[in-house]
Amino acid sequence: MTFGFRWKHLVVASTIALGALTAAPVASLADEQFFPLQSYRVGPYAAGGSGFFGGFIDYLNLINIRDGGVNGVKLTWDEGETQYEVERGVEVYERLKSHPGVAAWNPLSVGIAYAMIDRITQDKTPLITINHGRTDSTDGRVFPYVFPLLLNPYSETSGIVNYIAGQVGGLDKLKGKKIVVLYHGSPYGKETIPIYELLAQKYGFEVQQIEVPHPGVEQQSQWLTIRRAKPDYVVLRGWGVMNPVALKTAAKVGFPVDHIVGNVWSNSEEDVLPAGDAAIGYTAITTQASGQNYPIVQEIVKTVYGAGKGNLEDKNRIGSVYHNLGIVNGILNVEAVRIAQEKFGHRTLTGDEVRWGFEHLQLDPAHVEKLGAKDLFHSINVTWDNHEGDGYVTFQRWDGKKWNVVSDWIAPDWALLRPIIEKSSEAYAKEKGVTIRTSEATPVVN
Amino acid sequence: MSSPASLPAAARWLFPVLAIAVAVVAPPLMNSDYLYEAILLPFLALSLAGVGLNVLMGYTGQLSLGSAAFLAIGAYAAFNINLRVGLPLPVTIVAAGIIAALVGVVFGLPSLRLRGYYLAVSTLAAQFFVQWALTRFPWFSNDSNSGVIDAPTLSVAGIHFVTPLGRYYFTLTIVALLTALSARLVTVKTGRDLMAVRDHETAAKIIGVPVLKAKLVAFAYSSFVIGVAGVLWAFAYLRTVEPDGFNLDRSFQILFITIIGGLSTIRGAFFGAAIIVALPLLLARASSGLAGGALDSGSLDMIQRIVIGVLIIGFLIAEPDGLAALIQRAPNGLAGRVRPRSSPATR
Repeated sequence: MTFGFRWKHLVVASTIALGALTAAPVASLADEQFFPLQSYRVGPYAAGGSGFFGGFIDYLNLINIRDGGVNGVKLTWDEGETQYEVERGVEVYERLKSHPGVAAWNPLSVGIAYAMIDRITQDKTPLITINHGRTDSTDGRVFPYVFPLLLNPYSETSGIVNYIAGQVGGLDKLKGKKIVVLYHGSPYGKETIPIYELLAQKYGFEVQQIEVPHPGVEQQSQWLTIRRAKPDYVVLRGWGVMNPVALKTAAKVGFPVDHIVGNVWSNSEEDVLPAGDAAIGYTAITTQASGQNYPIVQEIVKTVYGAGKGNLEDKNRIGSVYHNLGIVNGILNVEAVRIAQEKFGHRTLTGDEVRWGFEHLQLDPAHVEKLGAKDLFHSINVTWDNHEGDGYVTFQRWDGKKWNVVSDWIAPDWALLRPIIEKSSEAYAKEKGVTIRTSEATPVVN
Repeated sequence: MSSPASLPAAARWLFPVLAIAVAVVAPPLMNSDYLYEAILLPFLALSLAGVGLNVLMGYTGQLSLGSAAFLAIGAYAAFNINLRVGLPLPVTIVAAGIIAALVGVVFGLPSLRLRGYYLAVSTLAAQFFVQWALTRFPWFSNDSNSGVIDAPTLSVAGIHFVTPLGRYYFTLTIVALLTALSARLVTVKTGRDLMAVRDHETAAKIIGVPVLKAKLVAFAYSSFVIGVAGVLWAFAYLRTVEPDGFNLDRSFQILFITIIGGLSTIRGAFFGAAIIVALPLLLARASSGLAGGALDSGSLDMIQRIVIGVLIIGFLIAEPDGLAALIQRAPNGLAGRVRPRSSPATR
């Protein structure tokens, strides 16, 4: 069987060739700020990943093309596919972390973020988990390098409960109502279990939390349980393919779609379009509006896509929820770098210097308007001990073609949440032996 | 199957000793965190899991699709023992392995009545049950919000293994010890019993091999080894754990490591793990270097999957007995074109 023998040569030769190719050239560094991207464009969450990272990259590109970088410092990036898997996320982290001039990490996965907390704290680079992440990392006293920007999971929960209260006629009317939370069976999905319990106690409503195992393509039994429970509202805390399946199954078992409220990761076009008519009238929370009518989105269309450098293959997705979230994430990252540059100089910054920038990331509505993002998102006010930055939320309803905003910008009940967050972060500090910061001074890492 | 026992004693020892020497000396020379964190640590943990599964599948002939469940049991048991009892780390690891072994015996019981594909299906029960239990009962993850546990620092007798190199040596030590133990196991009487059960269960029973005991021993030992591999995976490699990391995909990964490396060889698990862990990374680096940003990471990933699939099929066509057989034969094959045919695959 000589056939087998040649096979072996082929295999050996190709292995050697691959080895030779892996010695990738190292780029020379003249004032560049590097964004390592742990993106995911395949797998069950590809819609979220490609939209978000597409928007992020589009914004970085815009800054490079339009302004020649941030004060002359060019923005660079490299992508590693994670498929939303922790091991791959860690591998990409280890692969890209030695690249000079790392600004910040944006893995867009709670599981990966958890695995990175120790590592980035040791390496002193910021970890951004916009609209998600580990809630108690809001406490910058304990987590100096982690930033759940705009909206942590507890604030989101508070915003949703306040919205439902508004629908039933006030917080005092919540008493005796029943809410079911249908959550994604992942670290992300479970993050809000205790806060729903707590708010249920506080406002006197009944809560039932039902898990949908990842990835969530089959939900018949969960929705039959919901039908038996007859709740007043269902909160959909989904992710990826779980969302359209939930909406379709709800229609199948006859649960009214206008009594389903989506959370911030169940609020995109990709979540409702596949559900078709079953999604019409569905409402979801968001921190950033969708659509192309914002000056900054227009500029990206003109400058980046006009130059053929747009990241989204499907131009119809420009201005979608995930794409706009990526753009907002780009704005926050770039502005943090800009703010840090004003203090440390217009050059490549270290991770720790960018951390300082994030801790001073204060963009009021006027500043947001100047950036061309008025009404795209409200504002942000990060400080050294508040790493969320008090983002505002709004609610949008799907009409079958597009999302329409149906509420004002709403503030979550931060004062209520802060003590709960501090209790959790202080317990973490104790368990891990972390020294709690008492001032803005450079954090001590032990 | 070409048995290492047929080699002269000196040659039998040469390979493992050389391998360990290289494993101790070579990596520090490269001085790269990436090497430990992304390649060597997962490689060692999965190799050990492959060794464990090989005892069950390769030597005893019991097909299992529940390996990831035992990784999870090891990881979570060690976490809880460390949290609630507070034993020294080596004791914790052994205890976690024993807990995995006990659960392994329970899920091994169907093997007394079931064989082949039917047994494989029943081991799937372990896979799903364990993952379900770990998610369903927050006690296992100490009521952590997200169900994610933070692994404690590795320390033995006051020495902390914090740096990547430290964790690597720690892992290497355990893997080397358990691999040596496994290599010994399959050469003593117990091991011969296991192989007798694999080769012909009825014949084994007739010549007086305690078939039931042998099967349960195989399940217990294999689960023990995989459980310890789970501890290493969670504590030394990822340093954080969530139940989803131990899904069916991981079980298949370990199964493929065993098959690609070669059934009924201890060293095969290491070759298999090298292919499964390193090849995708190598391809990822190569393709991003080649494409130079022309393709997005998603398309690259799809291409990698195709290439890996083709390579695996290629390897298996070149040598159905696995990489271990291929590598053992390589010197002969290269010297003259005469290839001694190894005996056909065991089943």
